Amino acid sequence: MSLPENYLDYPARRYGMDHDRYDWSDMFARKPITWPDGARIALSVVTHVQHFPLDMPAKPFKAPGALSMPYPDFRYFTHRVYGNRIGVFRILRLLAEKGLQTSFAVNGCIATRYPALLKAVVEGGHEVVAHGLDMGKVHHSGLSPEDENAIIAETLRLLRGATGQPVEGWLSPGRAQGFNTPELLARNGIRWNLDWANDDLPYPMRTSEGRLLAMPLAYETDDRVVANEYFQSEPEWVQQVKDRFDVLYRESADYGGRVMSLPLHSWVSGMPYRVEYLREVLDYILGHDGVWTAPVGQIAAAAEGQV
Amino acid sequence: MGAEPMRSDLGLYDYLPWPGRPRITWPGGKKLAVWIAPNIEFYEYDPPNNPTRTPWGRPNPDVLQYSHRDYGNRAGWQRMMAAMDQAGFRGSVSLNVALCDHHPEIIRACADRGWEFFSHGIYNTRYVYNMTVDQEREIIRDAFDTVRKHTGQELAGWLSPALSNNLWTMDILAEAGIRYTCDMFHDDQPMPVKVKSGKLISMPYSLEMNDVIVYNSQKVTPRHYGEIIRRQFDQLYRESDESGMVMCIPLHPYLVGQPHRIDAFAEAIDYIAGHDGVWQATGREIAEAYHASGAYDAMTAAAAKHAQGDR
Repeated sequence: MSLPENYLDYPARRYGMDHDRYDWSDMFARKPITWPDGARIALSVVTHVQHFPLDMPAKPFKAPGALSMPYPDFRYFTHRVYGNRIGVFRILRLLAEKGLQTSFAVNGCIATRYPALLKAVVEGGHEVVAHGLDMGKVHHSGLSPEDENAIIAETLRLLRGATGQPVEGWLSPGRAQGFNTPELLARNGIRWNLDWANDDLPYPMRTSEGRLLAMPLAYETDDRVVANEYFQSEPEWVQQVKDRFDVLYRESADYGGRVMSLPLHSWVSGMPYRVEYLREVLDYILGHDGVWTAPVGQIAAAAEGQV
Repeated sequence: MGAEPMRSDLGLYDYLPWPGRPRITWPGGKKLAVWIAPNIEFYEYDPPNNPTRTPWGRPNPDVLQYSHRDYGNRAGWQRMMAAMDQAGFRGSVSLNVALCDHHPEIIRACADRGWEFFSHGIYNTRYVYNMTVDQEREIIRDAFDTVRKHTGQELAGWLSPALSNNLWTMDILAEAGIRYTCDMFHDDQPMPVKVKSGKLISMPYSLEMNDVIVYNSQKVTPRHYGEIIRRQFDQLYRESDESGMVMCIPLHPYLVGQPHRIDAFAEAIDYIAGHDGVWQATGREIAEAYHASGAYDAMTAAAAKHAQGDR
């Protein structure tokens, strides 16, 4: 079968991006960003707290980390639940020891399934970021706007109700969006999202419902990606995170503040043999002058007006 | 063009074993030609489907993968370029030519450094599978016109978009005046390609030094990538005492330009640049030297002799 002639048409071949969500911008040519107290690096720790339903659908795609054995997959279901029973508390203890207030990206259903978990996150002084309803509810362009809006609204209703926080940040399950997702997020009071992997700094996105900030979240040094997609060891993860920090820290001297994001999963870094590697990473980063650790919402607020 | 039966061999080159080949000499008495080929690419947000291969793993828009690639054009290219400047390498850009329209700033920065541009199709999300010969000729024409308009350069090289090919691709590239193709991985020396017209050569362009393969397929750590670049270089450098060889490092700014990867890479290419026998070349320069030194004719004759059984 030959391709139709219009395959050689390129309607979005023009200056800048091939969509209207955001403008192209060279990260090294921007006006430098300044962080509170002259910090060079904003350290953004984002711990994923997820629920993988036993009956999660395979279509149109499964979110990363999804159950992969034949139904009923007790093996991966319970392994992921381990993160919510034990792993997340191990991470919370470490963050408390370090005196850090950070962000937790939480599936909405956690509010009803494990209210004690959410209470511990809030009492630890952490910020809750909406992470979709559950890991089986991925966002994609095949969803009607009504159905997608219902998922977003329910997620936010659950999390706002359970935490008393405004919950203005969003991370989609699997970082997957449809064409309408940014509009629907903005309509539901979301002010920033962590889905886009194209920058080390916050930048503004356009939606027909108003402005949304894109906040950095390091895709390739994510603990789950390194462990479960690249099959690399914990010392190798530590090395990459340190190397990443070193380069961003060096750049901050010439180009202004940078965001060093550290995505964690309760069922990955919350494992007994992994948590001390997390301590090594935190000790290394916090051993530098000019590192400001804050929930993503505070980093977004500091960037507003500068980007 | 009707459906052709599948073939068991490409038939694009004769077998020519490594020992006993005509000797290749590079300009200035250098031993090993090393060229770096940054793939500066544009992946579309909402590309049309191709019956043979869908552009994205998830339904459009696949914002995670799209934005991951976009990282290269917002942030990664600057780090990659700084590392190459530092080591004295000019790039031979494997260019999705629509990038000239989207990000002329990046094209300008490359052109100002004397980098070469070769074509990597219009977009990396548009494959030549299922194209007619005329459609494929049209994207070749578009590539020549776009690169000429934005850089003043005449295209010399070609790497098919996302490594998609048709059986006739090499013939129509040569017919259009392309001098070298990067689509084949059968040698460490440039070799003649058997085409209906023109003089096309296959330029060594290593898959295994390619950061996409290294990072995304082989799951190699950034520091180990630095290690394998050095080992690949050390071996080829020694072997080039006998006859000039070529080492290619294909890059993607969205991968190698990440903060956790750039230093290990920068140190590896500094190491290469520190050797006297290295010719830091572009693809075009290697192709020109290959012809000018008589290597094309000598290799063609040697291959013909070998094919006739005079071994």
